[in-house]
Amino acid sequence: MTDQHGFQLHEVGLQRDETTILHDISVVIPDTGITVVAGPSGSGKSSLLRLLNRLDDPSTGAIRWRGQDLTATEPSDLRRRVAMVFQNPVVFAGTVLDNLRTASPELSEPMARELLADVCLDPAWLARDAGRLSGGEAQRLCLARALTTEPDVVLADEPTASLDSESRQGLEQLALEMVRPAGWIWVTHDTDQIGRLADHIVVVAEGTVLTSGPAADVAASEDPVVRRSLDGTPP
Amino acid sequence: MMIAATEADIGLWGLGASGILITITVAISMVQRLGLGRDVLIAAGQALVQLLLVGFALRLVVDEDDPLIWSWLWVVVMLLFAAWTVGRRAPDIPGVRPLALAAFTLAAVVSLGVLLGFGAFEPTGRSIVPLAGMMVGNSLAATVLVARRVMAEADEHADQIEARLALGLSSTESYAPHLRAAVRDALVPQIERTKAVGVVFLPGAMVGLILAGADPVEAVLVQVAVMYLILGSVSTTTTVMGIGLSRRLFTPAAQLRR
Repeated sequence: MTDQHGFQLHEVGLQRDETTILHDISVVIPDTGITVVAGPSGSGKSSLLRLLNRLDDPSTGAIRWRGQDLTATEPSDLRRRVAMVFQNPVVFAGTVLDNLRTASPELSEPMARELLADVCLDPAWLARDAGRLSGGEAQRLCLARALTTEPDVVLADEPTASLDSESRQGLEQLALEMVRPAGWIWVTHDTDQIGRLADHIVVVAEGTVLTSGPAADVAASEDPVVRRSLDGTPP
Repeated sequence: MMIAATEADIGLWGLGASGILITITVAISMVQRLGLGRDVLIAAGQALVQLLLVGFALRLVVDEDDPLIWSWLWVVVMLLFAAWTVGRRAPDIPGVRPLALAAFTLAAVVSLGVLLGFGAFEPTGRSIVPLAGMMVGNSLAATVLVARRVMAEADEHADQIEARLALGLSSTESYAPHLRAAVRDALVPQIERTKAVGVVFLPGAMVGLILAGADPVEAVLVQVAVMYLILGSVSTTTTVMGIGLSRRLFTPAAQLRR
């Protein structure tokens, strides 16, 4: 991996209301394949993810993406290239098509149907009230909506946490099979999910990155602190 | 618009007679043990004193010989006082006073500009101060309401707003549905009042004119112009306050402040 790839974090810290949420993070997060950000609940995974599309900016340090300083990027351009799917699906009032056209008003109906098929939703649902979708369906719609800007990377913040096991498996399968986007950065504290998805693992605990590397290497780590974080129990 | 007002003078005797109604109110409070007798007396006395002061002060500006500068100065003081009141009623919203002042000022410029500019009323002390008073007084509650609703929408729907931001929408686009909801909530009561006028209640200005001897149809025309003035001002103040406040919810990098 050259230093032009992925997200490069240099001594990143985040404070809010005098509370330190993230500190001393220097790491490269690959943006191809599936990078899983793992660690116990409350360790700062989601806060870290929000820095990558500038929903928040770090209090200290710097982040570069593909060689460019994030603070020098236009937030809306960045967010169209680095999309995000949240833990709880957020659908907007209106139809499925209205939702898909939020960021891309010109999206044609055939394109919209194709996107629905990509996320395994019925392409005939364009006129359906988005508020009537089940949790799993809504999360798929949110993914399809995020894909309308043709992003390079999708940030996924525990996207299956609020779903039943069948919907969870479906979404995981999508991530594994999907040709676009090029990469996923997937936050989870589900140990089994890490094993099923990860090409690369970044382990977060107590507001900082403990280790990162190819999935096989990190998963084989015998460091007890890393093990506890991967197993999802607070150290 | 000329009003053929005859001299209406209820005099001290008339005022005293209307005071019987206050006595009745106090009596009801005592019989029913509402404990409001003191409040009623204070309210009645306060209204009398305040309005008398306003009446004497208005005398200083309504004569045709009085320079208009005093009327406009009065309007400025009203605008400042209204902005201060909004700040007092919404102390938890930072920097709300300058915004309220901007909102009231723009509403005054627009509404008085239209009514005086097109000659609906003569630009005299007799029209400027009361019209500005109606405008400010009736916009006050809606301005406070929209400020509260803008903050509440951002608080309650942070997930929706951030989901739009994350799709690459601008701060303005991401907050637009919520701004619409907030402004609509603040405007609807005034629209309902405008609809109900004449059916459910007769507005004070019109009643005053008729009691003072004006032709009822002319009084109605004045009242309608005043109602339109109020509706126009309420929509202007709520929109300015809504847009101004919603901009403060975001950082320059289109991040929702928390």
